[in-house]
Amino acid sequence: MNINIIAIIKAAILSGAPLLYGTSGEILTQKSGNMNLGVEGLMFMGGAFGLCGAFVYSNVAGANAIPLVAVIIAIICSFLAGVLGSLIFSFLTITLKANQNVTGLALTIFGTGVGQFVGELMRIGVGGNVSIPNNMKDVFANSPLPAFLRNIPVLGELLFSYNMFVYMGIIIVVIMWHFLNKTRKGLYLRAVGESPATADAAGINVEKYRYLATCIGGGISAMGGMVYIMTISGCVWNHTALSGEGWIAVALVIFCFWRPLNALWGSVLFGALSILYLKLPIPFLPTQIYKIVPYIATVLVLIFVSMKENREDQPPAGLGVNYFREDR
Amino acid sequence: MEEKTPLIRVVKNENLSKTKIWCIRLSAFVVAILLGCLIFVICGANPIAAYGEIIKGAIGKSTGIKQTIKIATPLLGAALALGLCFKMKYWNCGAEGQITMGALGAAFFAINFGTKLPSIPLLLLMCVGGVVCGAVWGLIPALFKSRWNTNETLFTLMLNYIAIGIVAWLQGGPWEGKPGSQIVPNFPKAAVLPKVMGIQCGWILIILLVFVMFFYMNFTKQGYEIAVLGESENTARYAGMNVGKVIIRTAAISGGICGLVGFMVASGVNQTIYSGIAGGVGFTAITVAWLAQLNPFAMTVIAFLLAVLSKGSSALQTAMGVPSSVSEIIKGILLLCLLGCEFFINYKMILRSKKEAK
Repeated sequence: MNINIIAIIKAAILSGAPLLYGTSGEILTQKSGNMNLGVEGLMFMGGAFGLCGAFVYSNVAGANAIPLVAVIIAIICSFLAGVLGSLIFSFLTITLKANQNVTGLALTIFGTGVGQFVGELMRIGVGGNVSIPNNMKDVFANSPLPAFLRNIPVLGELLFSYNMFVYMGIIIVVIMWHFLNKTRKGLYLRAVGESPATADAAGINVEKYRYLATCIGGGISAMGGMVYIMTISGCVWNHTALSGEGWIAVALVIFCFWRPLNALWGSVLFGALSILYLKLPIPFLPTQIYKIVPYIATVLVLIFVSMKENREDQPPAGLGVNYFREDR
Repeated sequence: MEEKTPLIRVVKNENLSKTKIWCIRLSAFVVAILLGCLIFVICGANPIAAYGEIIKGAIGKSTGIKQTIKIATPLLGAALALGLCFKMKYWNCGAEGQITMGALGAAFFAINFGTKLPSIPLLLLMCVGGVVCGAVWGLIPALFKSRWNTNETLFTLMLNYIAIGIVAWLQGGPWEGKPGSQIVPNFPKAAVLPKVMGIQCGWILIILLVFVMFFYMNFTKQGYEIAVLGESENTARYAGMNVGKVIIRTAAISGGICGLVGFMVASGVNQTIYSGIAGGVGFTAITVAWLAQLNPFAMTVIAFLLAVLSKGSSALQTAMGVPSSVSEIIKGILLLCLLGCEFFINYKMILRSKKEAK
């Protein structure tokens, strides 16, 4: 059997890109101690509003539409949709001290509803599948790098042939790593997630840090939904394909031990697992079982983490617990 | 909200009168309904007509009521199951998977013994199969929780998708009907739950379960253990309770009830099994249980309310051409509003100036 390794790696990275956004956003959120289980909903909202933004722009601008502007609009729309969704979550859990698990699930219900609603509304409005001009689709799907880099044999294909969102995701993750581990503000944020009472006593504004981390993290997660719709699903709203992506991202957060840099290879691995059944079928392994491997791997990691005494790999100690000063 | 300003401070409020509590909840409900109006305006529909259509579609005709009860039944069943776990602060988010596994257990007997056994023993077998499968699926994370304190929220969430994946495999593999169809053939007649008043008889069971759960949580030793454990693990340990045992037992009971729901959904409603058989019920049930403050009777009301919304919106789609996903949005808004309003019940805000005046 002739297996094209390069093609598999490439496909894995491409299908991992939305996960990279979803996961890195959720890592930032969880580092602040907020467990936002609404990632699924946020990614739906991001996907629908991102597509909607690009679609409306291409319709309004008509023939004069500049593809790159459409990309920027899609990014902004999806990010804002995510910020809005996580603002609801933050307001309920941080200010109103509602239960985080339940709020996150309610946000998922709300977000998937909004996403589908916007998707359906666009379909009804156009009277068919929403589509944007082909030249615009190409900008979303093709590599932004110059041709001479892409044409290097093997390396060009392996390193420089991806759409711009892959590179952007890597940059976001590296910035996040730097922020969390190398800056004072990042240290404060981690302190808030580990022990809000201690952070509060040290004069750190717990509410502010949690709000900011959750909203920015939610925005990044939502961009993942947009990346999925605009690249993998080919600029067409497809809610069945998108569903489950957010939960894999939540799984990946655990799998990565809450470390942004691990998300880089983690998302490629999970991306590979989600496409490998197409590219590399294993005779005895049914497709559907192949597809649940990421979840099984996450469960194993979860068990492994809890059995190990290593404090570095633990979830943030304050994860999922609301902070109320008078409760100390 | 104003409490972000330093002028206002937030303190716990423990003695609010029942009337006030219900006034706050009612106003949250009204706010949610008003926000829902906004959604209808966006779709270009008249909000009052739309709400009328929802109510008419859900409880206007007897067929509508039947459908609504059919939707409410599994939701209530799963919420009752989860209420047990939440009472001891064990975040079982795995109802979706436990329902799916329950359906799988029931389907196993329906497919293998469907034509060999008479109806009643077969249904009993399916019921037991469903309960056992659900209980096992609920048991796994609890075992790890009690031994290594593994995070149960994330564990149960992952198990949901593993269960769904297993059913998806069976559906396209060993249990597939026509090759390539990816569909499990309908169960034989003997494996279908009989109907009472035109609805599969599971609803009677679930209503009974509401009372059983109320009794179990409030008037039994095991229920008391759960409550103590939920309040404080150390207290439970100090009182000589075997914490691990209580967690495992409760999670298994909870999973078993979810399994029962799975059996009812597979046998009574769908008469077959497919990967999406739980259909998000497990997730919605989490919010139902929590909003009801874990009170079985309140769960009944909320589950019915959400069922009205779901059934009504599908009627709305046919009547007014509004996308049926509107129901998900309004459901989400309703849940978020009700979650938020608990703050005004549990806490009160005090203006700084008032304090200084004293």
